[in-house]
Amino acid sequence: MHDHLILRIIAKMFIPFILLFALYVQFHGDYGPGGGFQAGVIFASALILYTLIFGLETAMRVVSPTALRILAASGVLIYGGTGVLCMLRGGNFLEYSMLAATPLAGQHLGIFLIELGVGTTVFAVMVMLFYGFSGRKDPSS
Amino acid sequence: MNLLIDSLTMVCLALGCFLGLTGGIGIYRLPDFFTRLHASSVTDSACAFLILFGLALQAGWSLVTIKLGLVFFFLVLSSPTASHALAKTALNSNQQPLLGREDKR
Repeated sequence: MHDHLILRIIAKMFIPFILLFALYVQFHGDYGPGGGFQAGVIFASALILYTLIFGLETAMRVVSPTALRILAASGVLIYGGTGVLCMLRGGNFLEYSMLAATPLAGQHLGIFLIELGVGTTVFAVMVMLFYGFSGRKDPSS
Repeated sequence: MNLLIDSLTMVCLALGCFLGLTGGIGIYRLPDFFTRLHASSVTDSACAFLILFGLALQAGWSLVTIKLGLVFFFLVLSSPTASHALAKTALNSNQQPLLGREDKR
């Protein structure tokens, strides 16, 4: 393990900003450019940067693979659950207008929940893929 | 005043574009990894500063200027770090810089 002093300090400075930017992209996605997928990827990239610098074992202590599996599944569950909730309230599958009292508020809430589900799943799957590849043993050695 | 700001913007943008182009040509033309890294990393910071400064001049004192300043702050920290990481990795994996005159190598 080399002592990457500069990289460690810069990464420590930047990771909070990357996470903050991911949250901005997530929650501002209905007004500006962005959305669940992009936010999930940016959020995952912060964790991947952390893994590259502090090592796989440390990163797995921060977010364990089990937690990632739960997150990936719960994102899909939020997405599907929103759709089913719309059906339960008397609309079609994913008909957001039924979610709240007025159609406008319903649309807002619906897109918010859907993007939250997408972001969670994308983040979890991205990091899981990275964990999977970086945990592999080199077959030539 | 407006003319002054506009012409200053033009000079900044033109210089920034020139530096960026120089860096690109340097990456393409220079012989080995370290000289290429040198070409891109040295021009990168000045190029980004000049272009962002030109844009900030056009924006005036507003929120856009603060955002441009933040972009500049992150670029100034991250681009030398990226160059540092690349150079260190190249040295660690026994990449030797080319030394001496071209015809005596």
